[in-house]
Amino acid sequence: MFDIDRWNEIWNALAKNKIRSLLTAFGVFWGIFMLIVMAGAGKGLENGVSEGIARFATNSAFFWTDRTAEPYKGFKRGRYWNMEAEDLVYLRNNVPEIEYITPKNFGGRNNGGPNVIRGKKNGAFNVKGDYPDYVKIDPCTVLKGRWINEMDIRDKRKVCVIGEKVFEQMFDPKENPLGQYLKISGVYYQVVGLIKPETRININGRTEESVSIPFTTMLQTYNMGNQVHFLAITAKKGVPVTVVEEKVKEFIKKKHSIAPTDLQALNSVNIEKEFKQMSGLFLGIQILTWIVGVGTLLAGVIGVSNIMLVIIKERTKEIGVQRAIGATPRTIISQIMLESVVLTTVAGYIGLSLGVGLLELVNKVLESTAGKSDDNVFFTHPEVSLTVAISALAVLIVAGLFAGMIPATRAIKIKPIDALREE
Amino acid sequence: MIQISNLHKSYVMGSNSLHVLKGLDLDIDEGEFVSIMGSSGSGKSTLLNILGILDDYDEGSYYLGGRLMQGLNETKAAMTRNEMIGFIFQSFNLISFKNAVENVALPLYYQKVSRKKRNLIALEYLDRLGLKEWAHHLPSEMSGGQKQRVAIARALISKPKIILADEPTGALDSTTSFEVMDILKEINDQGKTVIIVTHEHDIAAMTKKIIRLKDGVIEEVIKNGELQMFKDRVRTE
Repeated sequence: MFDIDRWNEIWNALAKNKIRSLLTAFGVFWGIFMLIVMAGAGKGLENGVSEGIARFATNSAFFWTDRTAEPYKGFKRGRYWNMEAEDLVYLRNNVPEIEYITPKNFGGRNNGGPNVIRGKKNGAFNVKGDYPDYVKIDPCTVLKGRWINEMDIRDKRKVCVIGEKVFEQMFDPKENPLGQYLKISGVYYQVVGLIKPETRININGRTEESVSIPFTTMLQTYNMGNQVHFLAITAKKGVPVTVVEEKVKEFIKKKHSIAPTDLQALNSVNIEKEFKQMSGLFLGIQILTWIVGVGTLLAGVIGVSNIMLVIIKERTKEIGVQRAIGATPRTIISQIMLESVVLTTVAGYIGLSLGVGLLELVNKVLESTAGKSDDNVFFTHPEVSLTVAISALAVLIVAGLFAGMIPATRAIKIKPIDALREE
Repeated sequence: MIQISNLHKSYVMGSNSLHVLKGLDLDIDEGEFVSIMGSSGSGKSTLLNILGILDDYDEGSYYLGGRLMQGLNETKAAMTRNEMIGFIFQSFNLISFKNAVENVALPLYYQKVSRKKRNLIALEYLDRLGLKEWAHHLPSEMSGGQKQRVAIARALISKPKIILADEPTGALDSTTSFEVMDILKEINDQGKTVIIVTHEHDIAAMTKKIIRLKDGVIEEVIKNGELQMFKDRVRTE
């Protein structure tokens, strides 16, 4: 196995047909390279998306209203209706599986014109009425100051928490926004916090471009009565979100005289379900990656097998001589198989290294730009697990063996005399 | 050394069967120097292949050194060839990317002799054939005669009982041919059985026994004493 002659022989056989060896090796190289890059890219996408939503409470569901679609209890269809602040207490009392429940209201955007003013600066931002508990569902990092608290809600304080974009536009970079005032849709609010979202899930506009004020303050200052635009809940541990989702819908519909069969009046999105679907998507991507990658690899291996066959044809005479002077079939077979294993393994290893190298490079670039740009790039840490790399290498070696087997048995089938006669 | 009786061999080519050897009987004792002659189609190559265990036969028997050579599997045949027979070919059949020493040492490689040891032995054999200075040259850098001497060294290195030479001088000019024949004669003098297949009368005349084949059977056997007569006859022919 480790006889220098054997390696010499392998080297000679491959080096004599440099171009063909290289082209064939390229087939295998390309196969494994694509496999690694695709698997890595799939993983990167998965990492990116799951990082974007990882901190988000996956056991949550959201509700918002629409016009009714069915007449019920004397109401005609197409009725406008709203959830009400009292519904929160009502749901708390009737659906014990709820962990957190928070309302969220949306302020007007002044038809796209500026709705937030500070001195000579102004901007058009999303205004949201929030509850303290909301950050338990969609967590965010408090860069300065604090998030809305219970006292803000109780006293209907005119305070606000701003996103990074709002800060950039409304303040000088070195200014401390805390304690400063912003005029939002005609009313002044004191800035008490600067936040940065931890997830990439945005409800009614990006969090970076949003101003949050206490929910109760919003109801009062903008004359919203007791309407609730949006409801976020999380289920207690061990309770499927779907169960809570259905129950919440049932009770709200009952309270607001909406037909239980009305599918349009109360919309909801179930993050748990979405999350599962996403996992399914990733599985699909992974399967596709492997099918394409293995297919490419197979093509490469067939290429190796082909070149070995040609080499055998060219070396018939040499093999004949070797057999005449006493090389056993075993020696010849192991020689040829080793040649193909060496070719596939070396080419595969190079492909593997370059593939991993490329992923590393992409990773480096992503990391270096991650701080600067805040684009919604759902792509981080492209990587291949060691298991994938090792199994790919194992597949290569086995494939190399198989690629060598056919030409090897072919070489043995040629009788030494026929081989020697061939001029 | 070699006992062949009633040897039959036919080649099947499509639907046609070509009966090449038709009940051939042949005895060659140890230490003989024999040439096999015959026109093309007489079956001499076939006989050589069977003698060299490169091919199997259909009927009859072939004993080599007292052992029946029949239906051997490829591994056994290869091992028998390695220990019993040394081959010399018309076109030398050296391995082009190996130098002289490596070529000569090759049969020992199959006997699993260590590299260092077999190269040392190979060098010794090359020295005996006057090729010590050429030991590390590739076949492409040598003349025909030198190549054939390397091939002879390779045939001898495994200390075989028999040397089988298929037209050993076919690709050489007459001077070199005679040199090669002298070497073969020397080998024979040391007690090895040497069998040559040739169609050149003067080469055959340098051996001690000529077997003439015709149509798959032995036409005549010319022994030592009658050789002079044979030579004369060739001259008149």
